[in-house]
Amino acid sequence: MTVSDATTELLTLDVRRSNHSAWFTSSGALVLIAFLSVAPWVVPAEFATTLMNFYILVIMATMWNLLAGYAGMVSIGQQAFVGLGAYATLYFALKGVNPFITIPLAAVVCGLLAVPITYLLLRLRGGYFAIATWVVADTALLYIGTIALLGGGTGRLVPGLQNLTPAQTAHYSYLAAWAVALIVVGGTYFLLRSRLGLVLASIRDNEVAARSAGVNVRAARRTIFIIAAAGCGAAGAVLAISQPFIQPSSVFSLQWAAEMLFVSMIGGLGTIEGPIIGAIIFFALQQSLQQDGAWYLIIFGTLAVVVALWQPRGIWGAFRDRFNADLLPVGYNVKKRAGVNGPPSNEQ
Amino acid sequence: MSQLLEVNSLYVHHGQLCAVDDVSFTLPEGEILAIVGANGAGKSTLLRTIAGLQHQTSGSIVLGGDDIGKLTPNRRVRRGISLVPEGRRLFASMTLEENLLVGASHANDGPFTVKRIYELFEWMPARRKQSVWQLSGGEQQAVAIGRALVANPRILLLDELSLGLAPIVVEKIYALIPEIVAHGVSILVVEQDVAQGVSVADRVLCLLEGKTSLVGTPSELTAQQIDRAYFGTDLASSAPGALST
Amino acid sequence: MTWLNILIQGALIGGFYALFACGLSLMFGVLKVINLAHGDMAVVAGYVAVFLTPHLHIPEIWSFLIVVPIFGALGYVVQRTLIQKSIDRDPFTTLLVTFGLSVVIENLLLEAYSANGQTVNIGSLGYESWHPGSIFYISYVSLGVLGAAVLVLLILQLFLSRTSTGRLIRAVADDREAAQMSGANYRHIFGIAAAIAFATVALAGIAYGMMTQFAPTSGGVNLLFAFEAVVIGGIGSLWGTLIGGIALGIAQQFGAHFNVEYQILAGNVLFLIVLAIRPQGLFGRKTALS
Repeated sequence: MTVSDATTELLTLDVRRSNHSAWFTSSGALVLIAFLSVAPWVVPAEFATTLMNFYILVIMATMWNLLAGYAGMVSIGQQAFVGLGAYATLYFALKGVNPFITIPLAAVVCGLLAVPITYLLLRLRGGYFAIATWVVADTALLYIGTIALLGGGTGRLVPGLQNLTPAQTAHYSYLAAWAVALIVVGGTYFLLRSRLGLVLASIRDNEVAARSAGVNVRAARRTIFIIAAAGCGAAGAVLAISQPFIQPSSVFSLQWAAEMLFVSMIGGLGTIEGPIIGAIIFFALQQSLQQDGAWYLIIFGTLAVVVALWQPRGIWGAFRDRFNADLLPVGYNVKKRAGVNGPPSNEQ
Repeated sequence: MSQLLEVNSLYVHHGQLCAVDDVSFTLPEGEILAIVGANGAGKSTLLRTIAGLQHQTSGSIVLGGDDIGKLTPNRRVRRGISLVPEGRRLFASMTLEENLLVGASHANDGPFTVKRIYELFEWMPARRKQSVWQLSGGEQQAVAIGRALVANPRILLLDELSLGLAPIVVEKIYALIPEIVAHGVSILVVEQDVAQGVSVADRVLCLLEGKTSLVGTPSELTAQQIDRAYFGTDLASSAPGALST
Repeated sequence: MTWLNILIQGALIGGFYALFACGLSLMFGVLKVINLAHGDMAVVAGYVAVFLTPHLHIPEIWSFLIVVPIFGALGYVVQRTLIQKSIDRDPFTTLLVTFGLSVVIENLLLEAYSANGQTVNIGSLGYESWHPGSIFYISYVSLGVLGAAVLVLLILQLFLSRTSTGRLIRAVADDREAAQMSGANYRHIFGIAAAIAFATVALAGIAYGMMTQFAPTSGGVNLLFAFEAVVIGGIGSLWGTLIGGIALGIAQQFGAHFNVEYQILAGNVLFLIVLAIRPQGLFGRKTALS
């Protein structure tokens, strides 16, 4: 074909951000958001607490997914920032700051702490990066455990919440978790639709090609790592407020890493909906296996392994492939405009 | 005379790119076939597919009457196909002798033993305990050939022997080829350097963008024919702006 | 004299770390896989030695004679099935799968045997030590483990350099495709490397049980040490792993000297420093990281 033929073809194409399924989301989402915002007053207290823990997991899984699914960095050390966020909250609360105000502060602190860490870790790839993140988390755990002011190894109660009634604490914690989850998931959605999102997709598809097209791969990865650190820090802060007795072994636990990873894998790596769906399955499983201790981790872990080997795109990935539906579209939809060279066709 | 190797309508894809496009040829016993073509014409892909390192999309590869298309690379070595890959790819942590020994680990019966290789390349015995990264480019190429020979192949596949080597070194290496054939090994040699390929071959096959563009014996083919087949157009007659389809 | 004691205790534990880590190093060098369940295999071996070999009327101290070969076979099977499948997908998948396996194994052990500490019963030998100069305490078990580590590394080194299979393993580690071109069935070679890794880590797990208590989560903490030892010593070098293990052990003893809480922290700090200054480790090659 000649150059002029190609140009004519281009002019006949429509480039859109979403297809019909996104309209379902927008309306459905508003209803859901409205309901969840008043949930503590509407549903039983236990359920509200479960929802709150669900939000915390969604925040962490979304951040892990951002790191691994979009930026290609598998981390088993994000619990470092969960713990650091929790302890930042403790620290600021001890200095007299209202615990709820500490949440954004904790996120900022974790983001700042992440910067020097990136210089250490980002030259590592694959498994080395993964284990190095784990060492960082372990180091953070051990170090915090030596600080007497923060309760050392035994832990400490987060001050500033004692003058509230239990109901008020529960309600405010819920709202805090809900607000942070909305911001984090919404923020991730807009981030991925932005230029940075396109950069990440290009790195994920072909790093060498991206580099030669001028993409600063290292800077993009650094940015994502810092964002993920801040997000996990916020999750940790909310965790601290909800508990509110925190100790290093719980907030820095490797279990968070396992949960983040399994939830994202099963739900669907590299999608925004995936972590949410994975978290729903996780909690459903946990509720039904309440009495059986570690079984839900065993089952969930096995499920994650099975998914990784046989259906790496996860549940949402499989659903999206079959139905070509996107609740939270971040890609581009290319359609031929109707009437020129035939009826419209869908390509993504 | 039955053919030692038959390649029939071979298609090989790298993702969406068709690297080998409906290529067919035969190689009788004792023959040297040179496959020439520009960079990216599909020559290395063709060799790698014959060796089993790449999957063909369709078509067949028949060795001594058997279709070997489904065999893994190590099985094909047993059947008598040895590849000397582009870039030598010696085992960098090992000595010269260890490299040869690895080549001999799954060897067929035949005239080539490590001892025989040492006779073929007289400089090797003295340096057999040296690490291969200490050797020059030409010496490494010799070790790579030795490593493949020691498996006693029926067909030796040589991929871009001349890359990165000084012309005089290349000549010395090519001088060995008749001796190798004299031991009963058939050779498929891939070359970007047309002159070198044509000088040693019984027949020449030229690839252009994955397709066969020319086949014949060196005596049949003129330089202009080869040029045309290599580049896809007569250099003198191409007009600016027009693309050939 | 305390400094000498730090060095000695560090070297003793370093031997254990090296034994634990050589399988990890081998699997990474040959298969290019980091097995995050490596540590848990050691713990499983410990549980098998304590709970299952007594059924065969074998004293626990000799249990390794049965357990080690079984784990070797297990390693071959696991590699040819699960791990190979992960490798065929991408390196990402191997990390996720081995991590998932690690969590599953730990929690299965927790369900089956609870979180109580277990030890491998070796009678009074476990408590006796050598008293040179009435100043140092060198426990016989630790000395034995160091000796076993050095022996295993020696055998492994000889195997890799002198035998045909060992050469093939090194060839596959250097260039998998070139090894295939020389007739090697790389999946089989991977299997052998995994078998060696599982066998050595099983031995390390039983050794651990002789030295101290172990619990379902012990695998994780030892994996961390093993990994640190490999990185400090240098990827791709068996003796480097021994040196790395000893360096780690000494660093940990050094930290413990000031405050027990600093023990593991000191090791982590050494690891992070090596990562910052000389990421390929003391004896590693620069290309090893990408």
